[in-house]
Amino acid sequence: MPACRVDYYSGYAARDYRRPLMDPALIRELKSLLGPENVLSQKEDLLLYEFDGSVEKARPEVVVFPHTTEDVSRIVKLAANYQVPVVGRGAGTGLSGGALARGGGVMIVFARMNRILELDLENRRAVVQPGVVNLDITRAVEHAGLYFAPDPSSQKSCTIGGNVAENSGGPHTLAYGLTTNHVAALELVLPDGEIVRVGSRHGDASGYDLCGLFVGSEGTLALVTEITVKLSRRAESVKTLLAIFDAVGDASRTVVEMTAGGITPAACEMLDGWTLRAVEDYIHAGFPRDSAAVLLIEVEGLREAAESQAAAVADICNANHAREVRTARDERERELLWKGRRNAFGALGRLAPSNYVLDGVIPRSKLPEALERIHETGKKFGFQIGNIFHAGDGNLHPIVLYDPRDTEQFKRAIAAAEEIIRMCVALGGALTGEHGVGMEKNELMPLLFSDADFDLMRRIHDAFNPDSSLNPGKIFPLSKGCGEIRIRKSGHAAGFRP
Amino acid sequence: MSSVANFPTRLEKLVGSDRVRASESALQEFAVAGRAPMAVLKPRSAQEVAEIVSFVAAEKLAMVACGSRTKLELGMPPRRYDLALDMTDLRQIAHYDPGDLTVSVDAGMPLNELAKALAEKNQFLPLAVPCSAKSTVGGAIASGIDSTLRQQYGTARDYLIGAEFVDGTGKQCKSGGRVVKNVTGYDLHKLLIGSLGTLGVITRLNFRTFPLPESRNAHLATFPTAEAALSFHVSLRKSGLPFSNLELFDTGFSTLLAGYLNKLGGNSPESLAWRGWRVFAAFESSAAVMDRILCELQQRSAEARAERGATLDRQGSQQISEALREAFDWLRRAVPSVALLRIVLPQFAARDAMEFQLGEKQSPVRSAFVLRACNVAYLALLAETGDASTNAVLERSVSELFTRVEAKKGGATLLHAPPWLKDRINVWGAKRRDFPLMQRVKQAFDPHNIFAPGRFVGGI
Repeated sequence: MPACRVDYYSGYAARDYRRPLMDPALIRELKSLLGPENVLSQKEDLLLYEFDGSVEKARPEVVVFPHTTEDVSRIVKLAANYQVPVVGRGAGTGLSGGALARGGGVMIVFARMNRILELDLENRRAVVQPGVVNLDITRAVEHAGLYFAPDPSSQKSCTIGGNVAENSGGPHTLAYGLTTNHVAALELVLPDGEIVRVGSRHGDASGYDLCGLFVGSEGTLALVTEITVKLSRRAESVKTLLAIFDAVGDASRTVVEMTAGGITPAACEMLDGWTLRAVEDYIHAGFPRDSAAVLLIEVEGLREAAESQAAAVADICNANHAREVRTARDERERELLWKGRRNAFGALGRLAPSNYVLDGVIPRSKLPEALERIHETGKKFGFQIGNIFHAGDGNLHPIVLYDPRDTEQFKRAIAAAEEIIRMCVALGGALTGEHGVGMEKNELMPLLFSDADFDLMRRIHDAFNPDSSLNPGKIFPLSKGCGEIRIRKSGHAAGFRP
Repeated sequence: MSSVANFPTRLEKLVGSDRVRASESALQEFAVAGRAPMAVLKPRSAQEVAEIVSFVAAEKLAMVACGSRTKLELGMPPRRYDLALDMTDLRQIAHYDPGDLTVSVDAGMPLNELAKALAEKNQFLPLAVPCSAKSTVGGAIASGIDSTLRQQYGTARDYLIGAEFVDGTGKQCKSGGRVVKNVTGYDLHKLLIGSLGTLGVITRLNFRTFPLPESRNAHLATFPTAEAALSFHVSLRKSGLPFSNLELFDTGFSTLLAGYLNKLGGNSPESLAWRGWRVFAAFESSAAVMDRILCELQQRSAEARAERGATLDRQGSQQISEALREAFDWLRRAVPSVALLRIVLPQFAARDAMEFQLGEKQSPVRSAFVLRACNVAYLALLAETGDASTNAVLERSVSELFTRVEAKKGGATLLHAPPWLKDRINVWGAKRRDFPLMQRVKQAFDPHNIFAPGRFVGGI
C-alpha cells in the first residue's frame, strides 16, 4: 500500500475549495444573462440543491438553469471573472456527492437542456442534451427495436449528463459495459468557457481517446453539453430466472461457478434474505420471504442461445443446492421481478431514517469470502448490513441502515463502510464500481493510488481545470492522513461553509 | 545536454553492459522509417524502465519503446530518436484469475504465448491483430491496430481494464485495476490505446478475458455488384445475428487474398478466384445457435441474389479468418510499392466503395478494398513499379482520397507507404478540432517530450 506524504496533499488542499463568499454582483449578472426565471439564489430555494443521493451535503450559493451550450459557456466565463467555482448537476441522484457544490459557488443544473437533438436509427446513434433522462432515450427509440444500454436503478429520473460524468453502470453492465462503452462523442465547455468537441459520431476518431478520458471524470475536467450515444439492438429473446437459495454461500458460489464456466448473463443480481424480505413487504415481487438469498439472472440473445444458456444457468443453480429456479413466464412477471430489484433501496427506506449504500468491487472469484466479511463487519459495528448488488461483475452494494440524528451511530456506520471498502481493496478490488469517487471516497484514494499516480492525475486535471474552478474537492484526497471516509460534525452537516 | 559520444557507456552503467546494444546491425533492427537510434536497451523490469526514462528525461533525449517491431512504421517518423527500448524481456503473466476472467500481463508478452496460457483454461483475449505470430501485448495496444473480432467483442477499450506504465517523468504509474467494473479515478489507460508510445512506456496491461467459443464457422457469398454485396452486408449487420466478423471485399482484394492463401500452402476456396464482390461472415457460438445462423445466412444470401453462397468448412473458415486478421501485413508486402489506408466514414454507401477503387486498365496503380463492420475500411493502392510517373499517380491517388474522405465527414489514416511518400504526406490527415486538447494530454504525460516525438497526430 502506498505511503502518504504530508507535503504532497497539503498544497493541493490549500488551493482547492475554500473560497471567499460570492459577490452579489455575480447573481445580478447571471440574472441579466439568463433571465431571473433561470436563477435561484434564495436560501429556501437553494436548500433543494444541497443534497444528492449520497449521505453528503453542501449548498451552492446560486443555482442556474441554462438552455443552450452558449449559456453554459457564458456562465462559466462569468464565474471565472468572479473566481467562483462551478459545479454541474443533472437530476441529483448521484451517490458519491459528485453533483454537490463542495466549494459553494455556482451550480449549473441541466434540467432545462433536456432535448433529444437527433436520432440516427440507421447508424444507431442519438444526439442528446445532458438533461435528457436516461430512460427517455430508450423510450424515443424502442419502436425501432433499439435501446440505450446503461441502466442505473435511477434510470427513470437520472440524466445522461450525470451518467457521463460518473460513468454510470447498472445491472446490465455485466454484458454491455458502463456508460463509457456507449458514448461516441461529446461537446464540452471547458473551465475558461471554450466550447470543444471530442470523439466522433462513428466512434473511431484518430488521436487520443479523449472521450474515454472525459467520461467518468466526475465533472472535474469539463462540463458536458451534448452527448452522442450509441444505441443497442434489443435481443431477440430474454429469459429471466429467479434462483432461490437457503444459504447465502450457495448463491455466491453459484455466481463464481457461472463466471468460471464462461456463462455471461446479461445481468446477475443478488439480494440477501434480509433485504429481499424488506423488498417483498413493499413491492410483492414474489421473492420468497423465508429464503436466505435469491439470484435474479437474465440471459438474452437468439432464441436458441437464450434457451440453452437458461438451462445451463439452472443446472449450476441446482448443483449449488438452489431450493427452486423459477423462470418468468411473461413480460409482466419479468417486470415484477425487476421492479423488486430496482425499488429495493426505496423499500429499505421504510426501515430506518436513512441508509448508506456502499459501492465496492471485488474479483468475482472472491464473492463468498467478501459476503462473509461484510457480515462480520456488520456484527462488529452493531448493524444488520443488507446486500443487494450486481453479483455478476463483483460490484457490491452493502447497505447500512442508520439514524442520522444519532451522531454516534452515524460514526459507526461510516466506520463500518470504511472497513468494507478497505476489504474490497485488500481482495484485489476497487473503491467504486459505478457510483464514482466524488467527495465520498476521495480520502480513500491513497488505498489504491501512489503519489506518482496522483501526480499524473493531477497534471491531467490541471491541463483542463488549472484553477480547480470546476467541481472542486472531488476525486483527489484533501487531507494529510492516509485514507479515511470523512466524518462530518454531525450526520447532517457536510457543508464546509455556513 | 548529454555528450552523445559516451552515451552507450553511460547507459551501460545504468542497466549493465549486457542490456545495451550499439552495434550497427542492432541499431538498424530498431530503425523507424530509416532513422536508427544510438543505442538499444533491454530492461528486465518496470523499475529499470523507470530508471531509463528518468535518465532520458534528465538528458533531454528521445526514445521509442518497442515490442516485436512489427508495426513500428505506423505514424510519422520520429523527429528525434536517440534510444530504443526493447521491451521483450518483460514477458510474465503477473496475475491470472480464470475464475474472475481477468488477466494481468507484462507488455512484452507475445500475444500467442498469452493465448496458449489462456487456452489452457478455455479462455481467450479477442485481440485478433495482424502479425500475431510475433506481436506483443503492449505493441498491439500501443499501435491501436484493429482486431477482426471487433464486431462481437468491441475494441480494446472495451476489455482493457487497467494498465501500468512509466510516464515522461520516469515515474511508475497506473490506471484502472484488475476488476471488470471500476470507475475509480481517471481512465488514463484508455488514452494509451493507439497512442504509439507517445504518452508513456506501457509495462503491464490488465484485461478482461472471454470463454473460448464452442465452435467457429464462416460463410462466403459472392455478388455481381457492390450494391448487392453492401445491401447483404447491411442486412447481416441489422439482423441481430451474433457475427464475430463481417467483411466485404472487392475483386482486387479477393485476388490478393487467394494469392496469400496459396502461398501459405492452403487451398483457397474456389469462389475467391471469381470476379465479384464478396461478403465474409464469421460467427462463433454453441451448436444450438450454429444451425440457426447457417440457415439464415443461406436464406438471406439467396434473397440478396448472391451468385454463390457457401458455408466454409472448419479449416476454410479458420484459414480465411486468419488471413483477414493478417491483411495489414500481407497487403503492405503484396507489391514493391503499396499505400495502405484506413478509412472511417459515418456510413458507407456502395458508391463510396466504388469511388475509392482505381480503374485497373487506365492506371499503373491497382487497388484492393475491404470494408469491415463498424464502418472501417482498408484500401490498398498497389504500384508494381517505382518509376516517377507511377509514383506521381500513387501520390495523387492518396491525396485525393484524403480529400474525398474529409468531404464525406470521415477520417483517413495512411498506415503504410513507401518512405518517399511518407515524407510528402501527413499520414494522419487534417488536424482535428480537438487537437489542442490532445496536446494538453501529451504535455501532462510527457512534459519533456521524450516519447517518440513527432510520430503521432498533428506532430505530437
